[in-house]
Amino acid sequence: MLGQIALALEHAHHAVQTKPGFSVLTPEMAAKLEALTSAIIPSDDGPGAREAGVVYFIDRALATFDASKLEEYRTGLTAGGDIAVIEKTPFFETLRTHTIMGFLGSPSYGGNRGNVGWKHIGMDHRMAWLPPFGYYDGEASKK
Amino acid sequence: MKTYSTRETVDFVVIGSGAAGGVMAKELSAAGFSVVVLEQGPWLKEKDFDHDELAHCFHSKLTNDQAKQPYTFRKDDSETAAPVRAIEYGRGVGGGTVHFTGNYWRFHESDFRERSLFGEIAGTGFADWPISYADLEPYYTKAEWELGISGAGGVNPFEGPRSKNYSLPPMPVKSSGVLFERGARKLGLHPYPAPVAILSQPYNGRGACTHCGFCESFGCETRAKSSTLVSVIPVAVKTGRCEIRPGSYVRKISVDKQGRANGVIYFDGRKREQMQKARAVVLCANGAETPRLLLQSKPGGLANSSGLVGKYLMWDNGGVVHGLFEHPLNEYKGIQVTRVLHDFYRSDPKRGFYGGGGIDARFDYTPIRFALEGMPEDTPKWGAGFKKSLGEMFNRTMMLLSHSTSLPQAKNSVTLDPTVKDAWGLPAARITFAQHPDDLQTMRWLQDRQQEIFEAAGALRTWRVPVDIFYANRHLMGTCRMGVDARTSVVNPFSRAHDVSNLWMVDGSNFVTSARQQPTATIQALAYRAADHIVRNRSLLHLKV
Repeated sequence: MLGQIALALEHAHHAVQTKPGFSVLTPEMAAKLEALTSAIIPSDDGPGAREAGVVYFIDRALATFDASKLEEYRTGLTAGGDIAVIEKTPFFETLRTHTIMGFLGSPSYGGNRGNVGWKHIGMDHRMAWLPPFGYYDGEASKK
Repeated sequence: MKTYSTRETVDFVVIGSGAAGGVMAKELSAAGFSVVVLEQGPWLKEKDFDHDELAHCFHSKLTNDQAKQPYTFRKDDSETAAPVRAIEYGRGVGGGTVHFTGNYWRFHESDFRERSLFGEIAGTGFADWPISYADLEPYYTKAEWELGISGAGGVNPFEGPRSKNYSLPPMPVKSSGVLFERGARKLGLHPYPAPVAILSQPYNGRGACTHCGFCESFGCETRAKSSTLVSVIPVAVKTGRCEIRPGSYVRKISVDKQGRANGVIYFDGRKREQMQKARAVVLCANGAETPRLLLQSKPGGLANSSGLVGKYLMWDNGGVVHGLFEHPLNEYKGIQVTRVLHDFYRSDPKRGFYGGGGIDARFDYTPIRFALEGMPEDTPKWGAGFKKSLGEMFNRTMMLLSHSTSLPQAKNSVTLDPTVKDAWGLPAARITFAQHPDDLQTMRWLQDRQQEIFEAAGALRTWRVPVDIFYANRHLMGTCRMGVDARTSVVNPFSRAHDVSNLWMVDGSNFVTSARQQPTATIQALAYRAADHIVRNRSLLHLKV
């Protein structure tokens, strides 16, 4: 039974990872966004926006709860795929916010794949913890 | 659950099921009255709660939805108010107690008579309360024992006398609490374990907190947070006399020719208008929605002969200083607040302005909010520098947050917007608010104290949030103020409307002054006291049972 669940989870995970198309992004938009979001959170010494699937998160957001922002993306991306240029436009705040949401939000929205965002900030997501929680309360409890 | 027909005249309709409404529902139904609770939001259970930051912190899963119920905002009446989510409140059975952080401070004795202690403050409605700490003390105790509050009584040298300790021992201290205590003690201050509405041990059939870390903004999946949803509302339902009716959006309190309340008109979940008949009405809709409903109920406002319904709105004031430390604090685990101090609570004329506050140690950021709002101004906005800072800071940052005074000013108010309507076609609530200069000075002065504590605790660096930034008000106080004189107050000392003998307003709207925020304990103590008065005087109030 547990094996079947593990297999099902593995399958579901795989399905997310390899999801082929986008709902609302065109391939051109997606390519620019891949470059821009990777510039905001690069894949340098560890997974960044690309590995987190931030572009998939943005596609989902623009197809659902942030559909009203799709036009802003269409207009904003006409400035190109260079973050140094985009940073000077009003679109930057929206893009940055979505990139962060896609990196650190619940994986159920298509981003933060494999919890890479949470791993980066050192957050281990569990339903229960026991004290001590951190270094200083640990140190205090020894005394 | 017992259900009632709308045509049946019940003893009480309670509007709102939050901190006060939940208590009123339980107390009145347990005393034998028939009660219908109208709640605009859904009736969620612990299985409906999760840790989805986007849903809770960005998409209003448990709070008012600006798209459906717009608030408008302006700084003063020379401006035209624009749609702004100026108010945040809990929407759903249990109200704000479902998603609140759980801080549970009693007011101090001096909070009820500050006008006598400190004198008039020009341009404000600064006044004493008509009741004292001693009047409320038994009800604070009752709330702490019925709901389940963890803390250590008598340890805070500044608190008023208490007849009983908290019902549960304090929660375990976090790293933020240890560091705060270290710094504060070096400065000769008196930090103490935070009193919180979260169970440190099993209590009344509910299990102890598992320290998952998602209290503020989230609903508790283990029923360890002592919301009215899991504490008193189930008791009310069990009496067999109380119906909780979620999805009921109230439009109006109906009055008869004699001016007595005779029912409540509301929209059901399918936006059909209904009227529940009742012998008496208790309005517990919070400090913003309670005055809005009174103003909607009658031209000029129901229970408004004083003209003060909606006036003296006070804000959720407090200033933030962040501190970065060498080692991981892992503040994402465990409840938000484990240590508090009240050394600067009392106003001191020597400071040159009125005001004071409590300070607590916490980190109330979820990951996205920290990345967007929590890091220092000079952090790069993108690139390797941004990513590196995020990785290094999330687990090593904490904050000291003050909870401070908000002076009552008549021009700060809730009124009906003349043009903007909500999704039910009702006028939006319009908030007019500007800070009093003393309140801003208090927050800045407290930030200096917070900074000193951080320095004494060995913080590597500190950074502040400017005290004049705009944020939604979540502690909704002062719009139906309590008093003896019907010309200068809206409700009497037992929260009953001066003008309508069978209408009670019981929530933060009753507050005469703000104390130092953290209003939930006092809202609930007022509710226990109002209910007790109703039950004891049922014949005088022409209420049978």
